[in-house]
Amino acid sequence: MPEKRIGHITKINGNMVTVRMSGHVIQNEVAYIIHGQERLKSEVIRVRGDLAETQVFEDTQGLRIGGAAEFSGELLSVELGPGLLGQIFDGLQNPLPQLAQQYGFFLKRGAYLEALPDEAQWQFSPAVKKGDKLRAGEKLGTVPEKIFSHYIMAPFNLRGVLEVVSVAKQGKYNLKQPIAQLKDENGAVHQAFLQQIWPVKVPIRNYAEKLKPTEPITTKMRIIDSLFPVCLGGTYCIPGPFGSGKTVLQQLTSRHAQIDIVVIAACGERAGEVVETLRTFPELNDPRTGKPLSDRTVIICNTSSMPVAARESSVYTAVTIAEYYRQMGLNVLLLADSTSRWAQAMREMSGRLEEIPGEEAFPAYLESRIASFYERAGYVRLYDGRFGSVTIGGTVSPAGGNFEEPVTQATLKVVGAFHGLSRERSDARRYPAIDPLISWSKYRGFIDEKQVARGHQILRKSNDVAQMMKVVGEEGTSLEDYVDYLKGDFFDFVYLQQNAYDSVDESTAQERQIYIFDFIYQILEASLEFADKDQALHFFQRLRQLFRGWNSSAWDGAEFKEHEKEIKGLIKEHVEKIPRPLDAG
Amino acid sequence: MKRSLVPWTRDKFALITYVSLFRKLCAHFRKRPVHKVYTDIIQIAGDVITVEAEGIGYMDIAEITTQQGVSLAQVIRLDSKKVALQVFAGSRGISTEDKVRFLGHPMRISRSDNLLGRIFNGSGQPLDNGPALSENLGDIGGPPVNPAKRIIPNKMVRTGIPMIDVFNSLVESQKLPIFSIAGEPYNEVLARIAIQAEVDIIILGGMGLKYDDYLFFRDILEEHGSLSRAIFFMHTAADPTVECLLVPDISLAVAEYFALEGKRVLTLLTDMTNFCDSLKEISITMEQVPSNRGYPGDLYSQLAARYEKAVDFDTAGSITILAATTMPGDDVTHPVPDNTGYITEGQFYLKNKVIEPFGSLSRLKQQVNGKTRDDHRTIMNAMIQLFASYRETVEKRAMGFKMSAWDMKLLRYGGMFEEQMMSLEVNIPLEKALDLGWRIMAECFTPEETGIKRSMIEKHWPR
Repeated sequence: MPEKRIGHITKINGNMVTVRMSGHVIQNEVAYIIHGQERLKSEVIRVRGDLAETQVFEDTQGLRIGGAAEFSGELLSVELGPGLLGQIFDGLQNPLPQLAQQYGFFLKRGAYLEALPDEAQWQFSPAVKKGDKLRAGEKLGTVPEKIFSHYIMAPFNLRGVLEVVSVAKQGKYNLKQPIAQLKDENGAVHQAFLQQIWPVKVPIRNYAEKLKPTEPITTKMRIIDSLFPVCLGGTYCIPGPFGSGKTVLQQLTSRHAQIDIVVIAACGERAGEVVETLRTFPELNDPRTGKPLSDRTVIICNTSSMPVAARESSVYTAVTIAEYYRQMGLNVLLLADSTSRWAQAMREMSGRLEEIPGEEAFPAYLESRIASFYERAGYVRLYDGRFGSVTIGGTVSPAGGNFEEPVTQATLKVVGAFHGLSRERSDARRYPAIDPLISWSKYRGFIDEKQVARGHQILRKSNDVAQMMKVVGEEGTSLEDYVDYLKGDFFDFVYLQQNAYDSVDESTAQERQIYIFDFIYQILEASLEFADKDQALHFFQRLRQLFRGWNSSAWDGAEFKEHEKEIKGLIKEHVEKIPRPLDAG
Repeated sequence: MKRSLVPWTRDKFALITYVSLFRKLCAHFRKRPVHKVYTDIIQIAGDVITVEAEGIGYMDIAEITTQQGVSLAQVIRLDSKKVALQVFAGSRGISTEDKVRFLGHPMRISRSDNLLGRIFNGSGQPLDNGPALSENLGDIGGPPVNPAKRIIPNKMVRTGIPMIDVFNSLVESQKLPIFSIAGEPYNEVLARIAIQAEVDIIILGGMGLKYDDYLFFRDILEEHGSLSRAIFFMHTAADPTVECLLVPDISLAVAEYFALEGKRVLTLLTDMTNFCDSLKEISITMEQVPSNRGYPGDLYSQLAARYEKAVDFDTAGSITILAATTMPGDDVTHPVPDNTGYITEGQFYLKNKVIEPFGSLSRLKQQVNGKTRDDHRTIMNAMIQLFASYRETVEKRAMGFKMSAWDMKLLRYGGMFEEQMMSLEVNIPLEKALDLGWRIMAECFTPEETGIKRSMIEKHWPR
């Protein structure tokens, strides 16, 4: 254990506390500010001469000049091990339900609890034997955790080839009992436990190689999967003004996405939204496994009234836990809501450090911090040949809903997909309010590319005609243009929009998306014959009505087929020529 | 009988009494350390003074005695011996030789039923002729609530305003601002909700309020017999800026006390834009780098720390926060309404003396409007969609396009809607408002034109 080094407070400004220190100081080490019985966690963020500037993860009320600070010599770290799934942590990985049990309604300052209970016993089955050679991050054995077989891995921080000196027999162990001894190339022997400690700001890199994200994720949101897909190991961002449905979109994704594990980082947002997730998830079942959604979810929650400095750590804690499960060959989705609050926390701290401000007073290192966070996503091949991934989706809350601001712009530079939400769409109650005209994705989805291109094209055309009609009115628009306008509007209405309150329509499986998209593609490509605009309008209004019913009928059921027949009948009345008969599809 | 040496030890009970008395005395003296008085004021800038002192706690309260009287001040920065204090009464008239006495604790407020019906200023001093209160003192701006102790809000607050009850229901423990430009009757709306809402306690935090507005609130609560369950914390436009900063904290600390006692508390904060402007003033004085239009970079966190006090406690009461936020220049992208919108659970837009159906939003309405009456959501959706079509028609008419028969129907509907539903004069319970909705639609349209599901039409369409 490193020796205790003590310093004394010389300056207090908000949550920044400056400590005078005669010994050495490590950048980013954890220091505890001592105030009576309380020990407040803080992190060293700048060292100048014998002054260490620390950001305190707690309220600093009542601290005094001359008070003691104890430097721990350890970087800000998280506990990794079985028992994380289904938990609700704060930004410093304190379990919130346990805190509530001990301290009641309020979050007591300086009260920290073990993230994973020491006394819990886990059934360990070894997967290696004495004399085996392996590398850090490789499997030593497994313990069952919820629906997964949780890998116990050789400590990530060891280097080179390790030889197994001994390994524990099958049986029950707690997190602090050694389960293996490993000898490194220099002959030093290290112990391995069910639990590992890892510094949050350092990525876990124990894999063979990082690959290009190519396999699309099914989020069951049609506009995302079909038009703006995201791949395993990819990154995407959701900027939008307030009230445009960022959080609802994240909540729906966390429920329906076909993925092994979801890590939710609620960073500086409303507590009420987290409460909804943590109260409802235990009761909702994951259709893939039939088990409660909470079994595949980890929630890291630092809501807006909780200490600001812990916002930053909450984002890093979340991504570290995601990386840990990736090491087991699982696909993990990290949803961060909202990265702007994290950026604002950086801005607050930068201001207190009196750094030279960049645009809108954000610090100059904003871009590199955001970039290095998103870079922790990835699709990787592990040493044993299996694949794992961390996909990151972050919301951005731009000031005034204007995307030309530093956080949105810095994020757009590094992500693979952009789902921009617009006020116009949410005001018109077109949900999800992802604006198809400004959004983009660099990934390939599961819908045929030619069909996707046609979808984009008709949306643009429809918008052009709509703009023109505002000036010249309906009378001045040609029938052909008018039909294109209606086609785009129809596509938007029946496919891109989804009703989150309809139990069927709220999530659309991949198979169904491919089928319906192809069906709509045929309609978009068809030359339809109308006597006049009124007839065209009437046709599309009826089509829309029928599609609505179709969308809310269960896949391939009798009702589904009934609706399909009715729709085909209606189309036949107006078809001049179609690329191929609809019945052949 | 042998006499005891010390007469009073004869009686066991007397002994216990004496010992406990002695203990109390000791505790009394221990609790009241001698507060050192400092007179080295080395800087006065804006409402912030800097004094040289030692052993001072961050955010502690001090008393400054000046020629004008005594004012409270709060520590906002400590730098070795230099202590920066924001002076609640303002720095005007402070001499560099004035006495500063540190009280050794943060800002406190007495929390008890004696607060009810009383009026205080931003530092918690009585403005009525009643006595100052000192029992059960508690810190203001306490720690945040553990999210694991919150529950999903599920009780509707009935206001008698159809635009709220029908279209954007208010929910107990919701935090909701009224966005409007100065001059709109937002205080009237707040007062109306306060007197009609079924809550146990009303707390009014006034920031930069005009004196007439304060009188208005007082009179209307008195008229409706609500004054005895109300508490006022008043900062008027004439009062010093710093005091304005304390109003939300002090109001919410008291609200929290009552909520933990199991009471349902409604807190009205008007006008939060003045609070933000005070924050701006202090942060500029403290030479902080401003982020957007001069507002400090932590505006979001500052507002969130207050609004997030709205809560529905597991096994205790609740706090509902209704605030007024005036938008300079009717600009919703201004930093104050913008940051507020990201924090609160929706907003009511007050424009041209009515609550605008578009832009107004209650994020929690889904939690309650499915349980009121089976036609609530139907009415809400159908009437708003028709009203949106009406607005388009109005636009079309303004541009000189020809009006069709359908357009004429919409115009009639829109007129009736504005007059009978939107007007703030209307004051009817939710059920009456729903019935009225059906009547208005039946008068203007055929059932098919409303796009309402057949089963609903059969059940509710007036015949």
